[in-house]
Amino acid sequence: MMNRLRGAPPRYWLVVIVVVFFIGFPTVISSFLASEWAQALIFAIAIMGLNILVGLSGQLSLGHGAFMALGAYTSAILVHHYKMDYLLTIPIAAVLTGIVGFLFGVPALRLSPLYLALATFALAVVTPSLIKRPAGLTGGVQGILVLQPDPPPIASDIFATLTGTVMTSDQWIYYISLFCALLLFWLAWNLTRHRPGRALRAIRDGEVAAAASGINIAGYKTLAFGVSAFYAGTAGSLFGLATGYVSPDTFPVSLSIQLLVGAVVGGLASIPGPLLGAIFAYFLPIESNQWVPSQSWIPDQIASTLKNAGPAVSYGVLLILIMIFAPNGLVGLIRRGYEQLNRRLRGAGDREAGHVPPDPQTV
Amino acid sequence: MQEFAQQVVGGIAIGGIFASLALALVLIYNAMGLVNFAQGEMAMLATFVALALINRGMSYWIAFPATLVLAFAGGIAIQRLVIRPVERAPVLTLVIITLGLATLINGLAGFIFGYVPRSFPSPFSSDSIDVFGVFISWRDLGVIAVSGLVLLAVYLLLQRTTVGLTMRAAAHHPEASRLLGVQVSWMLALGWGLASAVGAVSGIMVAPILLLEPNMMQSIIIYAFAAAVLGGIESPLGAVVGGILVGLTINLAGAYLPGVGGDLQLAVGLAIIVVVLLVRPTGLFGRAATRRV
Repeated sequence: MMNRLRGAPPRYWLVVIVVVFFIGFPTVISSFLASEWAQALIFAIAIMGLNILVGLSGQLSLGHGAFMALGAYTSAILVHHYKMDYLLTIPIAAVLTGIVGFLFGVPALRLSPLYLALATFALAVVTPSLIKRPAGLTGGVQGILVLQPDPPPIASDIFATLTGTVMTSDQWIYYISLFCALLLFWLAWNLTRHRPGRALRAIRDGEVAAAASGINIAGYKTLAFGVSAFYAGTAGSLFGLATGYVSPDTFPVSLSIQLLVGAVVGGLASIPGPLLGAIFAYFLPIESNQWVPSQSWIPDQIASTLKNAGPAVSYGVLLILIMIFAPNGLVGLIRRGYEQLNRRLRGAGDREAGHVPPDPQTV
Repeated sequence: MQEFAQQVVGGIAIGGIFASLALALVLIYNAMGLVNFAQGEMAMLATFVALALINRGMSYWIAFPATLVLAFAGGIAIQRLVIRPVERAPVLTLVIITLGLATLINGLAGFIFGYVPRSFPSPFSSDSIDVFGVFISWRDLGVIAVSGLVLLAVYLLLQRTTVGLTMRAAAHHPEASRLLGVQVSWMLALGWGLASAVGAVSGIMVAPILLLEPNMMQSIIIYAFAAAVLGGIESPLGAVVGGILVGLTINLAGAYLPGVGGDLQLAVGLAIIVVVLLVRPTGLFGRAATRRV
């Protein structure tokens, strides 16, 4: 056992540190911040789903906000109309969205990547108005209020002994989100390392060659769509819980763009990428909102415009710059920096011995 | 019957607007096999420029061509600065870059001009004329005339001039054109400029109807996608026919189908895209794509 631990590569330790950090984090931050970080984790789940689709299988979806909406509304409707326990609705919403995604993947097979991007973009734009229509079910423009659950006594007790304060429902939702995120990231990690991941990468890099190697192209591509939608559905369901409210305006087309920004910034086809990308994509608009008005020398009108336009401008500039200069995103940059550091520390010997991992695939 | 005829004329007018934007999409698709997701936002920005020119006291009919020239220059600048470094990148990369461009331009327009919707002047009177008992507004007629002229001009440029021939050659056979001394990259830039100018027409035409604000083109671009897909995404003629058909469809569906009104018209656009892609992905005028192994 000890030998195995000693032989573990440094990135395993990194994973342990990150997990421990996220478990302990709410004990040192306010309940409000915990709610924000919960939403960032939820973004990470959705972005991981998008990452599996775009990074692994090479199919571009600009409509993942629509899948999130489906997950969120499934849960909200089950709770509101059928009085179900919210926690039970999360897997239901995830599976339902996964099935819809799988079915969506079937016609998507026939489309070139360009047409798929176009159709999913149109879907993202239309989603808010589609939600408004069955007003009896979805609450129309008003949306549905989601009651946030109280933490169970055991969790509450443990939290109280650690911090001396009572656990709020925001903090409880943080832990639910963290649990789902850990589970789904672990699943994604397994998926990428084993047969499906290899098959999907082979398809992405050369469909004809993959088919010639006996890979079931249609099967794996629709599977990727289904899994991706499953992630988005989970994220949507949790998002409704975390914000306490679902409405058509929760899921504008800009949400889909935000998810794509997260996936691209973090690094496509990587496991830590979605987490970094989510933290970035979620906090950028919030932070820019808080930063701008505090500079008193900026006139009010400019400050409010900056608040509205700032995130869009920076998202846009980043998307362009990263695609041109660093197509592997933050993770790619970190990896490159780490390798260079390593090479300098150990000299060139390791590279000849083949210890340096091959460059990750670009999109 | 009279109402039906009016809906048809209105549909053709709005269809002409879609056709201009769809034609812009087709021009760029033909140049580099890419759907430009920023086309609508580029048109929106050009429309803001037109409004700024008009507000400075320029007459509408001077501001209009001046805006087209500026849009043309802007399109070339975008191609040189943003697209050229990644010209040979996979289509996924290019699509994400045009999306970034769309987000960036949207934010810039909001930053410079604000998010308050503004009214945009129309040079045509809102009176109607009586044509055999059908009242047709001068606005609709004017929009149809302007769109028609622009589409005709693009047709003549591409089919009857040397520049047009060179552009088409560079798009279809870049290698052979390069061997014949064509500066392919600059021809692509020219394509972007032309598309930008043609798209700007749609923005200027639709602004008096919708009110000008940074998200004005978000729905129009969906209809333009639908038009381009319906017509066959590589066919300029298809873009025009597709635009008019989409305009007619959403106008008539909005008027006569129960429950389809207001923002659900947008769902009709989505439905057109999905049905065409599933039933006949090449559209009305497109050629079946062959894939080289």
